Amino acid sequence: MNYTLDFTPVIEGMPNLLTACLGTFMLAISGMLLATVIGIGGVVLRTSKIKLLRWLVIGFVELIRNTPFLVQIFFIYFALPLAGIRLDPTPTAIIALGINGGAYAIEIIRGGVQSISKGQMEAGLALGLHKAQVFRLIILKPALRAIFPSLTSQFVLLTLTTSIASAISAYELTSVSQRIESDSFRSFEVYFTVTAFYLVISWLMMRLFAFFSARYFAYPVK
Amino acid sequence: MGQDEFFFLLMGLKWTVALSAIGFVCGCVAGLGIALARTSGVPLVERITAGYIALFQGTPLLMQLFVVYYGLALVGIKVDAWAAVSVGLTLHASAYLGEIWRGAIEAVPRGQTEASKALALGYVSRMKDVVLPQALRISLPATIGFLVQLIKGTSLASIVGFTELTRAGNIISNQIFQPLTVFGIVGILYFVMCCPLTIYGAHLERKFAASVR
Amino acid sequence: MSDISTTKATADAMISMTGVAKWYGAFQALNDINISVRKGEKIVLCGPSGSGKSTLIRCINHLEAYQQGEIRVGGILLGHQAKSIDAVRREVGMVFQQFNLFPHLTVLQNCMLAPMRALGLGKAEAEGRARQLLERVKIAEQAEKYPAQLSGGQQQRVAIARALCMRPQVMLFDEPTSALDPEMVKEVLDTMIDLAREGMTMICVTHEMGFARQVADRVIFMASGAIVEEAPPAEFFSDPKHERTRKFLGEILGRH
Repeated sequence: MNYTLDFTPVIEGMPNLLTACLGTFMLAISGMLLATVIGIGGVVLRTSKIKLLRWLVIGFVELIRNTPFLVQIFFIYFALPLAGIRLDPTPTAIIALGINGGAYAIEIIRGGVQSISKGQMEAGLALGLHKAQVFRLIILKPALRAIFPSLTSQFVLLTLTTSIASAISAYELTSVSQRIESDSFRSFEVYFTVTAFYLVISWLMMRLFAFFSARYFAYPVK
Repeated sequence: MGQDEFFFLLMGLKWTVALSAIGFVCGCVAGLGIALARTSGVPLVERITAGYIALFQGTPLLMQLFVVYYGLALVGIKVDAWAAVSVGLTLHASAYLGEIWRGAIEAVPRGQTEASKALALGYVSRMKDVVLPQALRISLPATIGFLVQLIKGTSLASIVGFTELTRAGNIISNQIFQPLTVFGIVGILYFVMCCPLTIYGAHLERKFAASVR
Repeated sequence: MSDISTTKATADAMISMTGVAKWYGAFQALNDINISVRKGEKIVLCGPSGSGKSTLIRCINHLEAYQQGEIRVGGILLGHQAKSIDAVRREVGMVFQQFNLFPHLTVLQNCMLAPMRALGLGKAEAEGRARQLLERVKIAEQAEKYPAQLSGGQQQRVAIARALCMRPQVMLFDEPTSALDPEMVKEVLDTMIDLAREGMTMICVTHEMGFARQVADRVIFMASGAIVEEAPPAEFFSDPKHERTRKFLGEILGRH
């Protein structure tokens, strides 16, 4: 082997890479928030009395789940300007991530609401609480707890998916690393280091969720 | 978009199918090894495989493809883009399938292993004849779910520079300047591949849930 | 508000059901139910599974809607509008087969939730009330635990205390001991017997015939959504009038 590893470009690019990590975090967190909003809204529509709305949600979920994110983000990237919406790549990526994550969130949240037994609802009503109170005080927390593990893994996956946003040059870790790579030709060194960064990012994300879970869902179950 | 362009997309589709098949088949073989190692009961082996799985589940597939692509070149193995991507997808699949099957093996009731031991079955027979057939059944919906994920994942080969369906779409889109039409069709082609699998997986899951009850 | 008023005919009845009928699609779950329960009376409802006894008591607090007839609770006409449903639910406590304690709240919080949120009690008052009633069901020392940390019998006693915290005029029990391990049935029945002695108006769906003999003023036997027979327990057990009642008693008593 006549190749010697040289991490100099990586070390020189370190400030840029570390800032780009924040970009990745920002992208992931914004995407998750949007996905949560879409998820909750979708579940409400999914249980609506109007058949057409229910089918629209089902169609949306299946369309997103059965096509690659890369194709979705390209499509949105080209479709938004045609709809008269001019956005920078980063906000475009957030929208694409939110839509993608939202489709999965719909299915997960729906499962959570279904997992709460009818008896809990009835016990609340029998105690004279209103439907909205029952949902807020009794159903919500156990439902969130039930779906938290799947929501966590889905959102960690969403965090990793942000790297694909580099395809439209959104500001995040992968696109910054590609720039350093194309300037230095130290491809392996750059990507090896960045892979390690992602490992730390997804680990941090998991810790964040675990912290949240331990704080808010710390009640014993059988 | 004309017939030639569409034909070009279908050529890309062919490679997407090929990549998915290679990644899935090789990933299954390697993944079985990972799952068995992960449940071997040997602490060191279990630790190493757990680390392997965490590594692949904690990093983006795109980075995995980059590292394998440039890493292979680094150790002096000159391969085409498709071979490098195949290796990357195989490693990726082995980790995910290994984890899915670990869960399935552990979901087989302990009594099954105990009964096999009491019948004097050795490790190989215990696994091959008793545990794995049941685990496979349990894991089938998740395995199919991962196959869908893998098919979608092959689209990242386009970023490494390999012309499969998505890159074919990129090329055509740049030629005819109708990105929405092109990516719409590309999306539909993926959908046609993935949706039947998704439906089948959901069907199996329901069937399994009903039989457990 | 003329519908939430006391009429002479029902003034002394805590609960009255007249001509109540209910359908699930084409299936008739309740057929012309007429019951009148005086204040302080204890009723045991029994019958084979699917006879409509659970449906009947679930109509009394409108967990199930009924389509025909009239239900009055404490003089309040139970219509289908939210106002009368709320008014009735504040007067009627219910204990479920599966306890239905809220898993994310402690025992104490389970008991304080509805008094605070549905009655608007202050925290201190709700807590005082909760602790007092937990004391009464002999489980005060478990107040800070979560439901999952208690045995089934303890959970059911908490569920009784939780319902009592609303100071209801009527208590409904829907097979309260059916989900319990045999050794825990007694502690729950004892709690119910204490409650009966204190003069609570109670309707219990149960197959515990010993309990029926000991506390019930009347036993009502249902089959196929209708009331077949009702009598004081002594008469009900020694001299059942209907063939279906005899068959049912033979099965249920023969089992013990």
